[in-house]
Amino acid sequence: MGLLDAGITKHNVVVTSVDNVLNWARLSSLWPMGFGLACCAIEMMATNASNYDLERFGIFPRSSPRQSDLMIVAGTVTMKMAERVVRLYEQMPEPRYVLSMGSCSNCGGPYWEHGYHVLKGVDRVIPVDVYVPGCPPRPESLIGGLMKVQELIRMEQIGLSRADALKKLAEKSIDPQSVIEQHRKVARA
Amino acid sequence: MAEIEEGKGLSQSLHQSAAAYAVIREQFADAISDFDANETMPFFEVIETEKWPDIALFMRDHPKLKFNYMACLSGVDYPAEEKLGIVCNLESLGAFGHRIAVKVKCSREGGSIPTAAYVWHTANWHEREAYDMFGMQFTGHPDHRRILCPEDWEGFPLRKDYKVQESYHGIKVPY
Repeated sequence: MGLLDAGITKHNVVVTSVDNVLNWARLSSLWPMGFGLACCAIEMMATNASNYDLERFGIFPRSSPRQSDLMIVAGTVTMKMAERVVRLYEQMPEPRYVLSMGSCSNCGGPYWEHGYHVLKGVDRVIPVDVYVPGCPPRPESLIGGLMKVQELIRMEQIGLSRADALKKLAEKSIDPQSVIEQHRKVARA
Repeated sequence: MAEIEEGKGLSQSLHQSAAAYAVIREQFADAISDFDANETMPFFEVIETEKWPDIALFMRDHPKLKFNYMACLSGVDYPAEEKLGIVCNLESLGAFGHRIAVKVKCSREGGSIPTAAYVWHTANWHEREAYDMFGMQFTGHPDHRRILCPEDWEGFPLRKDYKVQESYHGIKVPY
């Protein structure tokens, strides 16, 4: 539940938990690190631009890992780049989130077999919170992924580990299979 | 009509390449192979590998040749012949407009080819790339090291029998 849903009384007082306030602040100003590795970065830039306007979510790319709390790994991670990605990740202050954008950073993408130079999934070097499939994903998909990061932040509590928050998120999520079946049934009819 | 003219243009370019080859053949005789007159890319091979820099310099500076532009230098692996090689695409820009390709081969294990980096500066990075991908040495190269792969990468990726290394700096490489 969002903080504003709690309602503001006539005395302009909001009563809520500390967790709620912290989560609300974090998820409403996700600052990704401004770096792109390949073609997915073009799509990420398009998402940042006026048509899709990520700034309406408070998402604004920062030029330094010290100022960012989200890393969007947008593109092919080469073996040479992998070590740099790790270093940048380590330079980000906690709490930090990682969104893997596109097939390449998810699992190596089209380079999975013959790409001797490609890291087969950025999760081999840094922990990934949200994977966005696609080659490259459309801006809508990326926004979907970013909203998933926001959902994850909503699950967080003081003293709760990231793994537990992810588990909580998984429990709250619905199985897509039933939705897919339903849509197929409607399409057939 | 257009087709005939195009065909004529191609054979004219081939004629020019053959004329250029005749000049090189006159100077270097048996150091180079016969002329392969194909329409796609006419070429000859350097048989006496150690003469390659002399041939390159001759091709660049001879008033009838003036191959002043190296368009590309590629590496090739010939596992059946136990050889590695390079293919140099040369052109004469602004002078004659003719073009020719030169092939130079060396042994697959520990083979070396003399550098052409002092003749065409383009060859500097291209030879580094050929070394990076195939592993032949370029003797006399001013900056002989890998260009794309990391310095400590194992093996040469574009060789036909290349197997990717298991791990790099503790990161698993295969899928």
